[in-house]
Amino acid sequence: MNALGDILSQGAQMSLVLGLAPLLTGFVRKVKARLLRRRGPPLLQPYRDLIRLMRKDVVLADNASWLFRVIPYLIFAGTWVAASLVPTFGNGLLFSWTADLIAIIALLGSARFFQALAGMDVGTAFGGIGSSREVMIASLAEPAMLITVFSVAMIAGSTQLPNVAEFMGSDAVGLRVSLGMAFVALTIVALAENARIPVDNPATHLELTMVHEAMVLEYSGRHLALIDLSSQLKLLLYVSLIACVFLPWGTAAADAGVARLVLGALLYFGKLAVLGFLLAVFETSIAKMRVFRIPEFLGAALMLALLATLLRFVSGSM
Amino acid sequence: MIAAALWSVAALLALAPAGVVLATRPRGSIILYGGCLIATSTLCVTALSDLLFFPHLTPSATLPIGLPWLGAHFRLDALSAFFLVVVNLGGAAASLFALGYGRHEVSPGRVLPFYPAYLAGMNVVVLANDAFSFLVAWEFMSLTSWAMVVSHHREAENVRAGYVYLLMASFGTLALLLAFGLLASGAGYDFDAIRASHPSAALSSVVMILMLLGAGSKAGLVPLHAWLPLAHPAAPSHVSGLMSGVMTKVAVYGFVRIVFDLLPEPVWWWSMVVLLVGGPSATLGVLYALMQRDIKRVLAYSTIENIGIIFTGLGLALAFKAEGLDWVAALAFTAAMLHVFNHALFKSLLFFGAGAVLGATGERDMEKLGGLIHRMPKTAFAVLVGCVAISALPPFNGFVSEWLTFQAILLSPQLPSWGLKLVIPAVGGLLALAAAFAAACFVKLYGISFLGRPRSDVAASAHETDRFSLTAMLVLAAFCLVAGILPGLFIDALAPVSKAMVGNIMPHQVGLQWLTIVPIAEGRSSYNGLLVFLFAAFCGTAAASAIHRFASDRLRRAPAWDCGYPDPNPLIQYSASSFSQPIRRVFGSVIFAAREIGEMPPPSSPVPARLHVELHDLIWDVLYAPIAKVIGFATDRINILQFLTIRRYLTLVFVALILLLLVVAL
Repeated sequence: MNALGDILSQGAQMSLVLGLAPLLTGFVRKVKARLLRRRGPPLLQPYRDLIRLMRKDVVLADNASWLFRVIPYLIFAGTWVAASLVPTFGNGLLFSWTADLIAIIALLGSARFFQALAGMDVGTAFGGIGSSREVMIASLAEPAMLITVFSVAMIAGSTQLPNVAEFMGSDAVGLRVSLGMAFVALTIVALAENARIPVDNPATHLELTMVHEAMVLEYSGRHLALIDLSSQLKLLLYVSLIACVFLPWGTAAADAGVARLVLGALLYFGKLAVLGFLLAVFETSIAKMRVFRIPEFLGAALMLALLATLLRFVSGSM
Repeated sequence: MIAAALWSVAALLALAPAGVVLATRPRGSIILYGGCLIATSTLCVTALSDLLFFPHLTPSATLPIGLPWLGAHFRLDALSAFFLVVVNLGGAAASLFALGYGRHEVSPGRVLPFYPAYLAGMNVVVLANDAFSFLVAWEFMSLTSWAMVVSHHREAENVRAGYVYLLMASFGTLALLLAFGLLASGAGYDFDAIRASHPSAALSSVVMILMLLGAGSKAGLVPLHAWLPLAHPAAPSHVSGLMSGVMTKVAVYGFVRIVFDLLPEPVWWWSMVVLLVGGPSATLGVLYALMQRDIKRVLAYSTIENIGIIFTGLGLALAFKAEGLDWVAALAFTAAMLHVFNHALFKSLLFFGAGAVLGATGERDMEKLGGLIHRMPKTAFAVLVGCVAISALPPFNGFVSEWLTFQAILLSPQLPSWGLKLVIPAVGGLLALAAAFAAACFVKLYGISFLGRPRSDVAASAHETDRFSLTAMLVLAAFCLVAGILPGLFIDALAPVSKAMVGNIMPHQVGLQWLTIVPIAEGRSSYNGLLVFLFAAFCGTAAASAIHRFASDRLRRAPAWDCGYPDPNPLIQYSASSFSQPIRRVFGSVIFAAREIGEMPPPSSPVPARLHVELHDLIWDVLYAPIAKVIGFATDRINILQFLTIRRYLTLVFVALILLLLVVAL
């Protein structure tokens, strides 16, 4: 039963994240609109957008190479694999040992690498500006993320996410300063990685401040749909990651029964809703930064993460 | 085994004088590079079979050459076998590449005789088992590579590169000479005798510092790196590949051989020194690389980064070994050795790619390239693999060795020393920064030179490179993928090396479920490149086929959109310097004292606006320039000695003799 159950569980997880990702984005958009006293698009609008985009023709720039056409699939594959390795409602994932947290971040790094290349393929000024700024942001966000992972992994004694989650759910954690710092750092990184305000604006177009949108400007049709879906998956991944590491309560253990799984799933949806709501509130209450303020913002995350790691090195109980 | 290896080296040495004759023949380069290919392949296979099947045998041989009372000692143990594999895999790939690339050489007489001799020199360094042969081979390797650095001596830049290289190589050899002199004081030159003698801790520490200076200057550790980005790009591209991918590894070999093998148990602060040099090398090297616009110079600077990563691994191994945690030392050491192998693969590949671009366009300057993916699709593919691999991204090989290094860093809270507790997280942070910068650097290299629109006529009329060069690049690219998805095989092959050097091995990897690698323990951390690769390949193809089947597979070509402002001028694209401008502004203002000066003419003036960017190599300004100044000052003063009479010279000699006798007598 186990092998079959594991495969089913893994398959369920993969389709769950894929199915849920647009909903989370739609939810955040809706909350943001309500906070601005607009009615906002319906919750299911992201799904409709994706389907409409997939049915449209691809309009490819004359100068685009084969790489430009392959990259959406590469980005999607990398992000989907990464997202399906983060525990959502249960810890028992068949392939969770395939990649630990460091490898998941590196997979997202691969996706970003290709995304930045895609921005430069057609040879337009906007594409270049997007790629150039994206790698600048990544050059700070990625180390901050890695060091945050170091501090969490050293506390939990493992870099495997299910083990980290299990440890965080147990009583052995206690209240630690370094975990608090790691949490703040991870939140900042998550904002930057998902191109949210104050680092980037997911709703902007034709503005000199845009980063992510500038890179994907030449994409259309199914390619654009895949890239949008990948961004939504990435948002879900980060929200799940924060939920799994810092709000581990209720996540079903590896050998849990059906009832626990259902409870885990319900709690997971609750966590997503809460975190998505907080994201929307945060985004509406803060202004977008200009580009060269971002390094200071991310530098704070880097320093916090480093401090958390140092504390852990200096004292085992902090 | 060792006989076969020595005969192959002899064959390489014999090819060197033949190169003088072959250089004048039309097909001479093919014969010479073919010969080198056969010899290095033989050496590679010999060493590999030795490493895989007879890792515990250490055959040795003594030849009656060299010092009359010593002879030349050679020995092939696991460490030598591993480095022989690295050297000759790189050598074979470079020879294969040169079968095509070498035909375009304008002055073959300045490259062909030195190339086989250079390969032979590197092999002898790895095989040598006494200090004399080691040093002679080391110098041989330096001088032959110097000859190829200045092979295009009409360009003033190359002559300066050769000069700086020669100076730094002499400095490195001086440090090695002193190190061996100290080691040999009690035991003689034979490595076996040195290993059996037990030098005191103080003496060992001095030797270790000297080795770090000597090997580090050859490997390009900051701050001894100044020559490397000048010299490596100046040589013909296949030689650049060898210098960056392989010769720096021979330097790593020298360090490992002396510090891990010949010296007794390490002292804990050695690791501190190595880490404090390795971590900054990694970050600074790649930051320098990001600021460059010459492809080969970017690659040379990125070598400094990778050497920094390797030395960080070695430093961690020293720290754990000193504290008796030899199972973690095995992890850190294996990570370093794996990175040695990986870097040899992808750096050779990338230099060959740069060579192919140089051959097709005559340009090394990225600002003149662009759009090569349309004209050189196969080269572009191979270089893309190299770029992803060197940026430490899964599922390629660079990621595996960095991942293992990170795993070793995560175990370092177990170290008792406070100094290390503070330094190691900082070094981990530096490595994380270096990994992110490396990705930025190679997005830039690939995006500017291969993607976009051509920025010059030569780039627009480029053509695909020849079959031999392509084969060499594609073989290396395939190795990068294999080493990335089946790392367990490579880790297991390194077990005898780690056993001999740090006294323990990593857990056996082959045979674990699905070829996963588990460096420490199940449940602590694991990575499976094969599954990640298959998983991603499955997701990508499934998405592609589903969308094409059920949604739409139609495609139209149209002019670029660019938010409605497309401009046909290719100069509107981002250039190499503008791409790195944000990073230069964020990090460079301190590290490079970078300044941007904009000259904006008044309205109605026809003078174009200009932007000047000033970058300073602070290490050059702070360290090298004052030393050069002092030496210049001193030589100016001593210069009067050149114009003395014979009487005064004799007096000088007499005084010197008296002083010397006094020193001896006291």
